[in-house]
Amino acid sequence: MKVRILVSFKDSVLDPQGQTIKNALHTLGYQSVKEARQGKVFELELEKTSEEEARKLVPEIARKVLANPIIEKYTWQIIQDE
Amino acid sequence: MKFGVVMFPGSNCDYDTFYVLKEVIGRDTVLLWHKDHDLQGVDVVVLPGGFSYGDYLRSGAIARFSPLMQEVKTFAGAGGHVVGICNGFQILLELGLLPGAMLRNKDLKFLCQFVHIRIENGHTDFTRAGKKGQILKIPIAHFDGNYYAPDKVIKDIRRNGQVVFRYCNADGRRTDEANVNGSLDGIAGLMNTQGNVMGMMPHPERASEALLGSEDGQIIFRSLIEAIERKRRISRCP
Repeated sequence: MKVRILVSFKDSVLDPQGQTIKNALHTLGYQSVKEARQGKVFELELEKTSEEEARKLVPEIARKVLANPIIEKYTWQIIQDE
Repeated sequence: MKFGVVMFPGSNCDYDTFYVLKEVIGRDTVLLWHKDHDLQGVDVVVLPGGFSYGDYLRSGAIARFSPLMQEVKTFAGAGGHVVGICNGFQILLELGLLPGAMLRNKDLKFLCQFVHIRIENGHTDFTRAGKKGQILKIPIAHFDGNYYAPDKVIKDIRRNGQVVFRYCNADGRRTDEANVNGSLDGIAGLMNTQGNVMGMMPHPERASEALLGSEDGQIIFRSLIEAIERKRRISRCP
């Protein structure tokens, strides 16, 4: 099974890279862009893992390693079944 | 009295730190390999600057899983002194030995320059050779030095006197301009509540010889020596 995890800054944390991207988009004339946030994407291929096991495992990995819970949040989804 | 400097793949201030402690300060110093489990009986563990594991994932995020770091955690838990410099500070944050996290510098630039920092607490094992309010000139070299912690944590840190250094200008005043990386509350150095673990972004090992423009960094190392020798004298008393 393949899972995709998206890690990004919490809303309460300033994201200077996202702001810079937003400013660049405005310079290019995309005035409708109200907000831009930058994040990281991880894809993990899990062996011999049921969906139920993945629901336990992936958040654990995300909290422990992929995201720093002090500044970051994460979402995840299964992108490919066995 | 023995210092240990930890080497991770990607550390690049390990030998500078080793040299200063051994040759300039003149104390027994060993290099500790991150894959070992043995702290070799050191009194102080120094996590040096650099780019451990290429700063992959987040600065310091991978180094914290090194075998030796589990020993460092136990050592710190038992009251052992640990100092993290730059990347070492980032590792201590990732390891959870110090509160908070590092964000990219406010102007998204890698900063490599001399800065001034002010001793905010002169009664720590890292500053006792100096005094509160003293201004130190020490260089920084980092991309992720913009200290962040949630409001509640910042309040606790302040109340407990955990802020060791703050960025300031040459006159000792705290200004937005002097806070070059945008750190919350101007925090440049921070210790744990027990007072035995400290992280700082400026590099004291690069400011320990007059030839290099400043000797102010020696204060941190000399303070540790004072603190540990004092502890030994007290424990020897019946």
